[in-house]
Amino acid sequence: MSTGSVQTIPRKRRGTELFLLLAALVVGIGAYVAAELGYNGAVPDNLVQVAGGFAALALAAHVAVRLLAPYADPVLLPLVVMLNGLGLAMINRIDLDLAADNRPEGPFAGQQLIWTLIGVIGFVAVLLVIRDHRRLQAYTYTMGLGAIVLLLLPLVPFLGKNINGAQIWIGIGPLSFQPGEVAKILLVVFFAGYLVVKRDALALAGRRILGIDLPRGRDLGPILVAWLVSLAVLVFQRDLGSSLLFFGLFVVLLYVATERVGWIVVGALLFAAGAYFGYLTFAHVQARVTGWLDPFSDPDAYFQIQQSLYGLAFGGLLGTGLGQGDPTLTPFSYSDFIVPSFGEELGLTGLMAIVVVYALIVERALRVALLCRDAFGKLLAAGLAVAFALQVFVVVGGVTRLIPLTGLTTPFLSYGGSSLVANWAIIALLLRVSHVTRRPSPSAAPLAADDATQVVKLR
Amino acid sequence: MNRPIRVLAVFCGLLFLALLLNANYVQFIDAEDLNSTSGNRRVVDEEFSRERGPVLVGEASVARSVANKDDYDYQRVYRQTQLYAHLTGYYSYVYGRTAIEDTANPILSGGDSRLFVDRVADLVGSQQPSGGSVQLTIDPQAQQAALEGLQALPGGPRGAVVALDPATGGVLAMVSTPSYDPNRLASHDFDAAADAYDQLNKDDDQPLLDRTRENTWAPGSTFKLVTAAAALESGRYTPDTMVPGGPTLDLPQTDRVLSNDVESCGSGDITLTMALAFSCNVSFGDIGLDLGNAALKEQAEAFGFNDGSYFDDLRLVASNYPADAPGALTAFSAIGQYDVAATPLQMAMVAGAIANDGDVMKPYVIDEVLSPDVELLERTEPEQLSEAVSSEVAEQLTTMMVSVVEDGTADEAAIPGVAVAGKTGTAERSEDLPPYAWFVSFAPADDPQVAVAVFVENPDVPREEISGGGLAGPIAKSVMQAVIGS
Repeated sequence: MSTGSVQTIPRKRRGTELFLLLAALVVGIGAYVAAELGYNGAVPDNLVQVAGGFAALALAAHVAVRLLAPYADPVLLPLVVMLNGLGLAMINRIDLDLAADNRPEGPFAGQQLIWTLIGVIGFVAVLLVIRDHRRLQAYTYTMGLGAIVLLLLPLVPFLGKNINGAQIWIGIGPLSFQPGEVAKILLVVFFAGYLVVKRDALALAGRRILGIDLPRGRDLGPILVAWLVSLAVLVFQRDLGSSLLFFGLFVVLLYVATERVGWIVVGALLFAAGAYFGYLTFAHVQARVTGWLDPFSDPDAYFQIQQSLYGLAFGGLLGTGLGQGDPTLTPFSYSDFIVPSFGEELGLTGLMAIVVVYALIVERALRVALLCRDAFGKLLAAGLAVAFALQVFVVVGGVTRLIPLTGLTTPFLSYGGSSLVANWAIIALLLRVSHVTRRPSPSAAPLAADDATQVVKLR
Repeated sequence: MNRPIRVLAVFCGLLFLALLLNANYVQFIDAEDLNSTSGNRRVVDEEFSRERGPVLVGEASVARSVANKDDYDYQRVYRQTQLYAHLTGYYSYVYGRTAIEDTANPILSGGDSRLFVDRVADLVGSQQPSGGSVQLTIDPQAQQAALEGLQALPGGPRGAVVALDPATGGVLAMVSTPSYDPNRLASHDFDAAADAYDQLNKDDDQPLLDRTRENTWAPGSTFKLVTAAAALESGRYTPDTMVPGGPTLDLPQTDRVLSNDVESCGSGDITLTMALAFSCNVSFGDIGLDLGNAALKEQAEAFGFNDGSYFDDLRLVASNYPADAPGALTAFSAIGQYDVAATPLQMAMVAGAIANDGDVMKPYVIDEVLSPDVELLERTEPEQLSEAVSSEVAEQLTTMMVSVVEDGTADEAAIPGVAVAGKTGTAERSEDLPPYAWFVSFAPADDPQVAVAVFVENPDVPREEISGGGLAGPIAKSVMQAVIGS
């Protein structure tokens, strides 16, 4: 036995995860039943199939974590299962309304359940293929290139599709996919790998102005490139949300890697310049700002945000009850505007609970980053956490008129395959980093045998 | 790198805190404003779907909600629309609410604070809130008599009848013709409702207009009651005071001449009673000039002119008496011409005040407010609005008005065995337009139970045959008979 150091053996806590998972399933499936009860007054016909199928998917994910990442954080999976279940319940409930009104959209719930299946398969695949996140660092530039290619795909003629004014989709046959959602993950890997290598150079102090160390001019290259790419996304794809997300992500990771607030200052200035440029140049950006400042100035132009606010107000403190509001009055109540749908039917109480669940996911992910021992893993986990947080803030803040409206999907809740698959992959990566961080150090295991051998040799 | 990550954790926490605070602002603090913003379909839909309480006249519900199987749970149904459309109004998805549907909306929709206990019970039992009902003061027989009277006139002209209980101010009949069908506007087929609305709006007869209260017209000779009241109140006139008769009155400072329509006004001076009985323009023009515009205005306002605020139950347009009339035009004001304009409700109030010892009662049409369980929540208490004339003057005016019916221009309104007090009116417009025909009256003169004003806007008879007594008198008579007989 080694003397002195006491090896603490981390608990796997998979039982905790299972317990929380069951609670999450009760919430998700309960919402599904409650919404149909509220809408039709009857338990859904396909309850056994849908609830059974969804529970099976969740349990499969749990078993995969047990086998492939047993030391991973036990809270993340139940939280996302709950959100995914709530999203399915709301989308199914909106389907009923859309069908009753003979609206051309939908039905979405069946597809969303299939996408959930694909998402969970992707989740397991990520855990299976990536056994140690540090191996991703070897693919830093491949990932960067992949991200650029994915971002450019929607601009390819015949492949790209313009939906609702944003050129961010590709269509293969009947399927539509937003490559930007996956590009987001690849970008985080690229940023993390790149900054691990370059952070010392970037951390060199430049001039100190007003108590803040500003970087040297010649080190500004990378941030300028990221800024230009973001602007390109805005200009060519008219995707305000993604543009903001990519740039914010890079600036924050730069700050984490270098521990220099100066980068935030530079980033904020560039952001302000870019936002001003966008405001001056693009009518759709101006419309978003006006719709934010005074949504009631034009009943037609700002219809979405008005309906969103009406829905939230109509829900009030306790909501109308699932299935008993009118969320479909708001356009895209099943995707971008699914949060107001929840606010209307579950009220302020329900909406705050959902925001808190998002906050827990983000803080849990940042905890993974904090505990991680290698720099790449720290940047990776922090990057994923920040990307998630920014996305939730931009979309929830947008639909509740805290900030101007930008089009982004609501992770795990809103209808959309690319978003669902990408977010399940993000959780898989976080669990992987968490597992690698918390598992017992392999070097500490076979000590007794080594001692014995040495004793023999000495004689 | 741990310090930036901790900073990041706090920063993300602040982002989520901002989301939470903003949600509280939108869903709690700002919610009431958002819910009352016009064009908020959720609120409109929810109210439109509710079971509203009925509007009751006598034993019958003239507006009620019937369970329904389309997008909205209840359909509003109006009955006897020819009689009651202008009272109930309509509740349309597209065009909103009017009349009682509007003013009594809190109680009908169930939102009224007096129904608070019911609402809490509904919330606990997760029932849709249901509305209370309102009982109107309308006497169905009087209402029917008024409608039949107007419809019986040749050409089925535009007109209005208002009957009041002089002692309380309660409205016994309130009819405006032509009427419309509120059911078409309340239809859940919004295109059909829009077509109906367009059609009604294009109609030259303006069926949506409630002529009893939503527009004013020159009251003509019926306004001589107000002038006579002012004269008697001044103390310088009695019913027997001699006033100028004769065919014409030269008006100072103008080249206009006021003339009498009838020859009964004699050639010299006549008594005030006779001047009223034969509706002598010359006499009242002279009295008007003698009293002055200010005195007439004060008297008119004591009856309720220049104020539309006292009728709580329905929207009312204020009747007008001009603030000042240049020189001799006061003579025209004194005979209800020039800028004087009144609603039929206002003229009924003039008759009602004379019948009620000179006290003007505040008019009302909602008698009782009932909870969904038909429990009495409130009964309207009669309220005095003002004292228009002293009781002596009221008595003198009553006697003079009885002689109008017995000896003068209004013999068509006489009821055998009952003393009727009345006054005719024919208001000139221009040469090519028929004059308005008016009649105001009350009966029985010694114990008044009903005061009536009848107004015919476009009588479809030869010009020389138009007279307030001949056209409007019989309608007033049948309405008074309906009330007294019942």
